[in-house]
Amino acid sequence: MSSTVKTRTDPASSGERRGGRRQKGIKGNALWFWVFVGPFVIGLLVFSYLPIIWSLVLSFFEAYNTATPSKFVGLQNYVDMLTDQNFLSSLGTFTIFAVFIVPLTFVLSLALALLVNQVKIARAFFRSVFFLPTACSYVVASLIWKLSIFNGVRFGLANTILGWFGIDNIAWLSTVSPPWYWLPLVTVRLWLQLGFYMILFIAGLQRISPTLYEAAYVDGAKPGWQVFRYITLPQLRATSVAVLILNLIAAYQAFDEFYNLIGNVNYARPPLVYLYGISLGSIQDLGHGSAGALILAVIIMLVTLLQSRIFGFGKAGD
Amino acid sequence: MPAHVPNAGWSRRDLLKRTGGLAALAALTAACGGNTGRPSSGGGGGSKPSLSQWYHQYGEAGTQQAAQKYAKAYTDANVTVQWTPGDYGTKLSSGLLSSKGPDVFESQLNIGMVKSNQVVALDDIIADVKDDFLPGDLATNTVDGKIYGIRMIIDPQVIYYRKSLLDKAGIKPPQTIDDLISAAKELTTNKVKGIFVGNDGGLALGSPALWAAGGDRLTKDHKPGFSGDGPVKMFGKLHELYASKSVLLGSPTDWTDPGAINQGLCAMQWIGMWAVPGMQKALGDDLGVIPFPALDASNKPAVYSGGWTQFVSAKSPNVDAAKKFVKWLWIDQAADQEDWSLSYGFHIPPRKSVAAKAAKLQSGVAADTVKLTQDYGHTDDPAWTPKMGTAFGDMLTNIIKKGADPAAEIANAEKTVNDELKRLFG
Repeated sequence: MSSTVKTRTDPASSGERRGGRRQKGIKGNALWFWVFVGPFVIGLLVFSYLPIIWSLVLSFFEAYNTATPSKFVGLQNYVDMLTDQNFLSSLGTFTIFAVFIVPLTFVLSLALALLVNQVKIARAFFRSVFFLPTACSYVVASLIWKLSIFNGVRFGLANTILGWFGIDNIAWLSTVSPPWYWLPLVTVRLWLQLGFYMILFIAGLQRISPTLYEAAYVDGAKPGWQVFRYITLPQLRATSVAVLILNLIAAYQAFDEFYNLIGNVNYARPPLVYLYGISLGSIQDLGHGSAGALILAVIIMLVTLLQSRIFGFGKAGD
Repeated sequence: MPAHVPNAGWSRRDLLKRTGGLAALAALTAACGGNTGRPSSGGGGGSKPSLSQWYHQYGEAGTQQAAQKYAKAYTDANVTVQWTPGDYGTKLSSGLLSSKGPDVFESQLNIGMVKSNQVVALDDIIADVKDDFLPGDLATNTVDGKIYGIRMIIDPQVIYYRKSLLDKAGIKPPQTIDDLISAAKELTTNKVKGIFVGNDGGLALGSPALWAAGGDRLTKDHKPGFSGDGPVKMFGKLHELYASKSVLLGSPTDWTDPGAINQGLCAMQWIGMWAVPGMQKALGDDLGVIPFPALDASNKPAVYSGGWTQFVSAKSPNVDAAKKFVKWLWIDQAADQEDWSLSYGFHIPPRKSVAAKAAKLQSGVAADTVKLTQDYGHTDDPAWTPKMGTAFGDMLTNIIKKGADPAAEIANAEKTVNDELKRLFG
């Protein structure tokens, strides 16, 4: 009995017991953490990090039709890739694509976010409508663009509309002069990704304190451009930088729409399509392919760091 | 939990831990596995070996069922057919890198497959019937005197045309490339284009055009064979055809499918003989055929004698069983070979004895195509690797679509081909 009383009244003892329980709880949590996260960590190691390391090894070897290094060539694969006109031209294709897609996605997704955020009724409905294409596969969307909207014959949607105005059929995906293929390439990606970036901007807009707007109005700012220019846009700085960085990385990784809309052609071949053709396509040159992939990875990292530096991403106060 | 209850040592938390761990382990194990197409437990066939046979997706209805029927009829092994829609070449390339790939597969041979030990020689199984195969079909599968594949089907690629449309325009079937360009222009209306040679503007025409100009991809002594006046002029003509606005571009189906000519989108189409049944169904007898026309009277027209060949993977755990199956299906089973070639699309059976008896090839446009293949057919050189093919294709794209100078583009492509030849032959 007395021990029971002691237990109830002895804070040190009580604290020790609670502390012990907490320690046990932490151990339990750690165990559960690894039970749930462990398989994914193992997956990440096996399916991501190990291939990257293997790719690094292969990049110093000759490896035709085999994933096993056969002959050490030092940096020759890197030299070959950096002097390969096709690889350099694929970086040029990426640049053109990025010049189109990054600003367009930024402006249009911000515009959509501003519009949807201002809607008073059925806001969730409009958010869903614009976000829904994000769930669509790039391959499926590309096939719809290729077969239904931008095919080059008279019953393609785009050509049907042109036909109403007496304009001849255009072979959208086959004409290089003028390069009409950019229109399907850019529009399909816009359709697929605008909703995602719109949601990011909406989240950013909802973080802006209404008191800032009230203060602006009190100070005489006019609703519309002035408020957008001096309040909304600066407050969206962190979101804007994130959108630009994500967009640029996504542009570097362009593959599905190019491959499915126009195939592996040299006039519009982004780096991933070129490297895919070398490594996994019929050529099966995994040495050069690995070197190219690592060069591309380094370029993406450098550009991302540079971009972060220029825009001051992650600065205190963001 | 009372001690008398079973599993007394397991609390609810213990149970969750153990089952959670097992589930995670099972998920990881499953992720690490791979579907090779072989039966997972040997197929329940006792001591019989299990074989995986890979096909690309044929466009003609009934082919998949036919492949499965042949595999099922084989009694000495459990053969599982893996039918691959989409990018078969890439899947096969990846599969051949590991032992998880096919035992038996269809493809086209290139010397890289031999040098990297991906395929085994099949001289022993073809020895008795070697003379029953055409020399070109043997040559396309021979490296250093060894035969690595058994030809399954021959797919001639030619130009099929609507006889009625040519008659209406008063045009005779083109004999030269200039005739073809003129005919395409004359046959073009606001609804119908003169010719369809693929949505890429005619890359498939590259090799036939080269042969029809007196050139070749590689010479017999392994040097680039696509330079000189003839090829320069011919590649320039391909650009002229493309720029004439008489070529159909942006068709919903590509040149391998007869959709464009069947739907009346073009008057002539570059396509393989496989599509003849489909075209006859849509167009009846309103169908004629020509080879790729010669550059001029001093050259010969050309037919690309493509097709598929059966190989045995060197990484197969059952190479002997796989070779035995290949021999059974593609050498011994004459009836199945004829069925495969002629019951779905039209192909020429590679065995001369089988082709000679094939009634469906004895008349009409099919017989004409067979004759053209005999007279003007060219098969692939196994020394021509995919890397050379890519350089050749890039060259054609620049010439045909961008109007680049053919001589300069040829020189560029030759450099890549020479580098590759040096790597392969020293």
